[in-house]
Amino acid sequence: MEDCLAKKMEITVSEAEKRTGRNAMNIQETYTAYLIETRAVESQSEGQCAPVESLWRRYSEFELLRNYLSVTYPHIVVPPLPEKRADFVWHKLSADNMDPDFVERRRIGLENFLLRVASHPVLCQDKIFYAFLMQEGGWKEMVNETGFQLKADSRLKALNATFRVKNPDKRFTELKHYSDELQSVISHLLRVRARVADRLYGVYKVHGNYGRVFSEWSAIEKEMGDGLQSAGHHMDVYAASIDDILEEEEHYADQLKEYLFYAEALRAVCRKHELMQYDLEMAAQDLTSKKQQCEELATGTVRTFSLKGMTSKLFGQETPEQREAKIKILEEQIQEGEEQLKSKNLEGRDFVRSAWADIERFKEQKNHDLKEALISYAVMQISMCKKGIQVWTNAKECFSKM
Amino acid sequence: DASLVEVNSFSPSVPISPSSMTNQYRFEDGPELRDLFITVDDPESHITAIETFITYRVVTKTTRGEFDSSEYEVRRRYQDFLWLKSKLEEAHPTLIIPPLPEKFIIKGMVERFSDEFIETRRKALHKFLNRIADHPTLTFNEDFKIFLTAQAWELSSHKKQGPGLLSRMGQTVRAVASSVRGAVRNRPEMFTEMNNYLETFSQKINLLDKIAHRIYKEEREYFNEMKEYGPIYTLWSASEEDIAESLKGIASCIDRCCRATEQRMAGLSEHLLPILHEYVLYSEILMGVLKRRDQIQGELDSKVDALANKKTEKDLFSEEIGKLEDKVERANNALKADWDRWKQNMQWDMRSTFTNVAENNLRYYEE
Repeated sequence: MEDCLAKKMEITVSEAEKRTGRNAMNIQETYTAYLIETRAVESQSEGQCAPVESLWRRYSEFELLRNYLSVTYPHIVVPPLPEKRADFVWHKLSADNMDPDFVERRRIGLENFLLRVASHPVLCQDKIFYAFLMQEGGWKEMVNETGFQLKADSRLKALNATFRVKNPDKRFTELKHYSDELQSVISHLLRVRARVADRLYGVYKVHGNYGRVFSEWSAIEKEMGDGLQSAGHHMDVYAASIDDILEEEEHYADQLKEYLFYAEALRAVCRKHELMQYDLEMAAQDLTSKKQQCEELATGTVRTFSLKGMTSKLFGQETPEQREAKIKILEEQIQEGEEQLKSKNLEGRDFVRSAWADIERFKEQKNHDLKEALISYAVMQISMCKKGIQVWTNAKECFSKM
Repeated sequence: DASLVEVNSFSPSVPISPSSMTNQYRFEDGPELRDLFITVDDPESHITAIETFITYRVVTKTTRGEFDSSEYEVRRRYQDFLWLKSKLEEAHPTLIIPPLPEKFIIKGMVERFSDEFIETRRKALHKFLNRIADHPTLTFNEDFKIFLTAQAWELSSHKKQGPGLLSRMGQTVRAVASSVRGAVRNRPEMFTEMNNYLETFSQKINLLDKIAHRIYKEEREYFNEMKEYGPIYTLWSASEEDIAESLKGIASCIDRCCRATEQRMAGLSEHLLPILHEYVLYSEILMGVLKRRDQIQGELDSKVDALANKKTEKDLFSEEIGKLEDKVERANNALKADWDRWKQNMQWDMRSTFTNVAENNLRYYEE
């Protein structure tokens, strides 16, 4: 990763702003724009800081960039974008896209996306990506000029379309299976975690009621009054502490979500390979049948049933000239086909090679990131317990003084 | 603040019996001074042609002289406890009789004879008898002694000796009538304060009871979700290699958290909830006690009024009035002493209960 962009440049998504404008259908809409700031990192001599460049982008432009990257580098596991709509919410968080907390988390997610692309050995060198960061005007046109949409295979859009591949690559099949499992387990985890967070919130908040009642009760007690009052205060502290705790946990949820989406990107690579393999097999099949046809015409034997053969038997044979012409066309086609097959095979091998390189890289990244996420989650839980211990120790002291 | 009468102070104008003074400290001294030990256990169900009911074994151990033996074992049913309570109320209308567990539970969907219900009731009955035993006056009550010592048939025949149902009803009617008539007149300030205190206390304790139940419910729901949470990590670890160990680690931590939560809930239901409930009942009892005191005072007042109207027959009346005045004074004293005692106990109970809750929570978080 020595030459990747991330090392040469500081990239941040520093602000988010609400805007109104007219969309493609000339309808007024509100959207959020994000400020991307970049600054070249060079060995900084004292007091000298490279200038900060900045431009505004909205979410749809990020989407366009990602689509472009996925199509242009089908063998790469392309980093995912943060979710379009808030999902796996628990009751306190709103599902509103304009909600400031959601916008803030999305800002962080977009920054993370850019950093991931910038640290990827292959993706960071892409010119469109660079232009995304540096060139405000005319970027959309630039992307469309690459004509990447033509390369995008519409068959991949049908998520569940199956291609019957005769010789599937076992490694890719296993990988696809893994990505499915990962997706399902993480989404289940996120759902249950959201429910657990909900319940925990309830437990803490009801303790807040203690605070109020203790305080009212302490008004009529002579000896117990002070103890009750201060204990009530601690109950309030306890109830309030859950807000910070759960916000920190959201961060953990976001880390998991990233890999939920990464799993989809992984799956996409497998599908592309499947498609490639399918095309290869179809091409080979086509070539074989053409060769057979040629042979039949040349030798006059019909080994396989064909409608043409039947009709010619029924309505008379063709002339030798017609046959010659057909054979010639077929021979040309066969030659083309053989060349195509050769290049497809090469393509396929290249794809597999570079895909596996990236997959290995991804695996390492995933293991590292997830481990860190799990550790920080455990640390969060420990700190939550420490806070709990503190509050209840104080409360206990107050109670014992009653 | 100087105008308020300190409920816990001993104002010289109100004579206090020496026994109630020493007994005020008796509770804090603990079991060493106790000479009466009672346990309630071993619930058994009895099925007859007419009904099914539960009896509890009541074991009494004592060193007191007035008891013929030092150990007694009898079986009693809930009805018997009700009888005892009403006899105590009759004999000591202005003393604070401890609460009995309710006849039925309306809110919970607990069947009458479910194990949980029986166990809760048993504990409450045990508490009831022990509180009576600890009470400086009630502990020497004759009916109480009979309750603890008599065999089943002895108890039945003794029960039938009490004032008939009709006369008891008459008493109640008179009591209600007199309480309606200006019972608030001439009420010493101390008791008005008690009334005010009680109103707020009753409100707050009811709220606390509700809050505690709510917390228990929320914790239960939390526990249910957590039970599902841990296994997901285990499932995930099956697809992974490098991070499988970490995932399994988290899964086992979550399971331990689950167990800790269970213990926390158990702590709540064993300690906090029953005590709060007891004091909810107590606040009702106290209201009743204050009312009865008012009634007795009312009787005195009405007789005084009558005297003022009928100048003749003064002598007859004045004797009656004298008697009533004594009665009122005794009632007031008894109540005051008992009230003080009750507050001390309540304080102690609350302190220990909430400290217990705090300790539980500490244990939970340390786990």
